[in-house]
Amino acid sequence: MPDKVILKVKEMETYIGQYHILQGINLEVLEGYVTVLIGRNGAGKTTTLRSIIGLTPPSQGSVEFNGEMIHGLPPYVIARKGMALVPEDQGIFSQLTVEENFKIAMYKEDKQTLDRKDWILDIFPDLKPKLKLKAGSLSGGQKQMLSISRSLVNNSKLLLIDEPSKGLAPIMVETLANAIKQIKDHTTVVLVEQNFWLASEVGERYYIIDDGQTVQEGVMTDLVNDKVLQKRYLGIGTKE
Amino acid sequence: MDIFVNLTIAGLSTGMMYYLLSSGLSLIYGLMGVLNFAHGSVFMYGAYAGVLVFGLTGSFTFGIIAAIVVGAIVGYMMERLVISRVYGQHLAQILLTTGLMLVLNELIKIPFGSNILPAFQPEALQSSWQIGEIVIVKYRIFLIVIGLVVAIILNAVMAKTKLGMTVRAGVQNPEMVQVLGINIKRVFSFVFVLGSALSALGGILMAPALGAINPEIGLMYQMTGFMVVVIGGMGSLTGTLFSSLLVGLASSYTAYVYPDAATAVIVIVMIVVLLIKPSGLFGKGAE
Repeated sequence: MPDKVILKVKEMETYIGQYHILQGINLEVLEGYVTVLIGRNGAGKTTTLRSIIGLTPPSQGSVEFNGEMIHGLPPYVIARKGMALVPEDQGIFSQLTVEENFKIAMYKEDKQTLDRKDWILDIFPDLKPKLKLKAGSLSGGQKQMLSISRSLVNNSKLLLIDEPSKGLAPIMVETLANAIKQIKDHTTVVLVEQNFWLASEVGERYYIIDDGQTVQEGVMTDLVNDKVLQKRYLGIGTKE
Repeated sequence: MDIFVNLTIAGLSTGMMYYLLSSGLSLIYGLMGVLNFAHGSVFMYGAYAGVLVFGLTGSFTFGIIAAIVVGAIVGYMMERLVISRVYGQHLAQILLTTGLMLVLNELIKIPFGSNILPAFQPEALQSSWQIGEIVIVKYRIFLIVIGLVVAIILNAVMAKTKLGMTVRAGVQNPEMVQVLGINIKRVFSFVFVLGSALSALGGILMAPALGAINPEIGLMYQMTGFMVVVIGGMGSLTGTLFSSLLVGLASSYTAYVYPDAATAVIVIVMIVVLLIKPSGLFGKGAE
């Protein structure tokens, strides 16, 4: 059976103010895989995720999620259809407790959701003793864990994660890689990542975004071996 | 001593009225970043609706209910028709809500004229208790009790319910709240209606304490309301409660010593607080 395309983005263009940030993004995200979006700073990766979930609505093109056109819908409607975003700044509510951060995300507090929360806390055991604490008191890594955990409580079909390794210590990045590997068995992941090690460790398919356009796509292992491509679009230097 | 007790009770009861007026203002600014210069008009509409219904029915309870209903309706229409179009645009908000205030203040003059309208205390609360030299006016105690009850309920809603959680989260990051599948616009509307209803409740409760109302009372008390919010810290209900009581007491004591400075002292309190803590007593400041 061919892989199912869960997210299909076609010729998506987005303006922020007068700036034409996205100028033609095309993606086909396969269900059950980790797809990595990579590219230089300012290439439009974050805006791509924000446009997909409706925070910066696209002005052109289409976004099809799980067989349904979703472009132009408000973010909360798109989220309810089964999409979750872990933003670059983590989006943690620091004045709320860790527990409340979970609660606010839950659509229902039924057994399934609570079981899922337990499963998530098994992936991120560091959060368990911190449930009653204000989220603002967590370390950078723990905040990232909370942000990812929170996005998982509703059994989302698609998880968009924006640069989770940013500002984390190398040991935390490894923990993160392990966590994403466990998560991908349950949900499809689109990951924006600058850290090439993390991208290659968890990614299965990739898209390169450059100047607001998707310029290259393929299987992650091919990119790992293609030093020329890495140098051209990612600025990863190789002495020849 | 008796004078001190009397002034304290007067100050606390006035403070509670400021709290009802300002808590809505604080929520609306804190959550939605909306500077609502028409908030005082809702206070005034609450006073008029309450006084009118109290006069017609003879029931102060009906007067209070009428004020809350009118405040909620005016608030809802204001948010839907005007404010929702200018979220995030502070200049437009100031201009539009100021214009709205002028329109609302003029509209009330069509049925009621610009003269004062007498406002009476309900009969059951007209008398006082006398303990030695201390005279405790029942209506003032009533105001303090209502203010406290509202404060306790509001704090409980904010601390314990999912709605309160959403409001607290929305104050910090409205975008993320939406990404979690919550219709923040509906929450905004609700908070606006709640804030307006509280303001109108403040209006009807304040009216008998003033003895008479006129179309300008909203404008008069709104400025104090803004100062209370700034002193307490934007978006903090606890801060608003403390600062309301502080301002009520400060102006009550000052009015006894030097009546002309009763309003000026509020500005002085604000300056002192802002010099020591620019984000207000309970304000979190920029994160």
